[in-house]
Amino acid sequence: MEVESIRIVEDEIIEEFAHLEGWMDKYNYIIDMGKNVPVIDTKYKTESNLISGCQSKVWLYAEFRDGKVYFSADSEAVITKGLANLLIRIMNNQKPDAIINSDFFFIKKLGLKEHLSPNRSNGLMAMIKQMKLYALVFKTKASQTSGE
Amino acid sequence: MNPYDVNKVREDFPILKRKIYGKNLVYLDNAATTQKPQSVIDTVVKYYSESNSNIHRGVHYLSQEATVVFEEARENIQQYVNAKEKKEIIITKGTTDSINLMANSFGKKNVNEGDEVIISALEHHSNLVPWQQLCKEKKATLKIVPVNDQGEFLFDEYVKLLNSKTKLVTVSHVSNALGSINPIKEIIEKAHEFNIPVMIDGAQGISHCSVDVQQLDCDFYAFSGHKFYAPMGVGILYGKEKYLEEMPPYQMGGEMVDQVSFEKTSFNELPFKFEAGTPNVEAVLGLNAALEYIKNIGMENIARHENKLLNYATQELKKIDGIRFIGEAVNRAGVISFLIGDIHPFDAGTIIDHFGIAVRTGHHCAQPILDHFNIPGTVRASFAMYNTIEEIDLLTTTVKQVKTMFE
Repeated sequence: MEVESIRIVEDEIIEEFAHLEGWMDKYNYIIDMGKNVPVIDTKYKTESNLISGCQSKVWLYAEFRDGKVYFSADSEAVITKGLANLLIRIMNNQKPDAIINSDFFFIKKLGLKEHLSPNRSNGLMAMIKQMKLYALVFKTKASQTSGE
Repeated sequence: MNPYDVNKVREDFPILKRKIYGKNLVYLDNAATTQKPQSVIDTVVKYYSESNSNIHRGVHYLSQEATVVFEEARENIQQYVNAKEKKEIIITKGTTDSINLMANSFGKKNVNEGDEVIISALEHHSNLVPWQQLCKEKKATLKIVPVNDQGEFLFDEYVKLLNSKTKLVTVSHVSNALGSINPIKEIIEKAHEFNIPVMIDGAQGISHCSVDVQQLDCDFYAFSGHKFYAPMGVGILYGKEKYLEEMPPYQMGGEMVDQVSFEKTSFNELPFKFEAGTPNVEAVLGLNAALEYIKNIGMENIARHENKLLNYATQELKKIDGIRFIGEAVNRAGVISFLIGDIHPFDAGTIIDHFGIAVRTGHHCAQPILDHFNIPGTVRASFAMYNTIEEIDLLTTTVKQVKTMFE
């Protein structure tokens, strides 16, 4: 059930992409996404919030409020920021379980892996891994709290 | 002299006919590796089709044939860089391998606690990390010659660093990140006043300049084949005989030995003492073919053509608002490094790639020099004998497109 709420956003993005003709439009879309990323608070732009595996620096931070996860990010590179924002759009305001169990079907559907350089694609995977890790930590913490 | 016919040169490089994303390939990443002319490719194919055999150790016909062409290649390399002796030409895997040989052999023997090794702030990681690690192990000090904001080697600062503790000066001929040509003749002369040997990292120098090691009087000169129109996996370490003779072997195994028993081993003579294991014969023969090819065209013609491209690229890119050149040394070769406003080099590179143009983005394995400029990287276009004015026009148009997309 929870995974479905992610799938709805994924379908939205797939639909938006379907209207874009050619790679330039697709990149323009990602660049626009990059300009609108929920920007991480400067105090969280720390070494420990850097994602390794990206060629340009990417910071990612997450908060857990009322059972849902909220992400913010920043990067030196706009395309990277755009990709981060794509993921954030999908994973924001979701329950940890939904994030943990999602297979991020849109990546395959959009052919993102094939379209990105191997380095960028690895970076994207590293971001997903980090987001899932955040969700897992929040879930564990939440179950410990409710168990007390 | 006939005018330089770049279109005729291009016909010799089959890869240049490739389409990338449906567009003609514009290959401007020559400082990373150059493309290979057909004669080099044919040499490698012919070797495996007709002559493949292990060298130096067989009495059979093929082995002797392979040995003869391999040693002829060494002789041609000797002549090309004008080394005094054939045995001063050590065949390695590449520049990095040559420098590691130096650090592990010359360095281990001659650099001790309290000693100093001098490099410049422009070095590629390959001419930095081996010396940094050696100095750490030996409790020696790595001294860095600074550069100015144009990316030029500061000669006066260099002179101040030379002293009786200095065991080696090792600097690049041409900076891979910025294209600055270092004043290596003067650097060598100055070090020799203190009886200090000098190694030149010629990875970027050999493909843009004529190199005469005797005229330079350098004690060591290292370069790679693959940045010089030859196959990957072969490099050269030229060293003066007097130094090479004293240096201990670096890697142990076949070829480099004279006599072996379970108790002891005596080592082979130069150059074989430094050539453990079966060498990359195909690549050495390919390097030989590349030398022939380059000699036919003439290094001076190549350098003149590349300078024309460099000047034109600088002039045209300069017209774009917000372009920032990183490294504006008066003497430059083959490389133009730049940023477009505040656009991250990875962003720029991603878009430029989609136009079929191969440029390098990032730190170019020379992080310290980019730290000097306080930037995460640059976009680097680097030129070779087959690049054209039209390709630079395409680059310029693409850079303008990038600017529109991100601003």
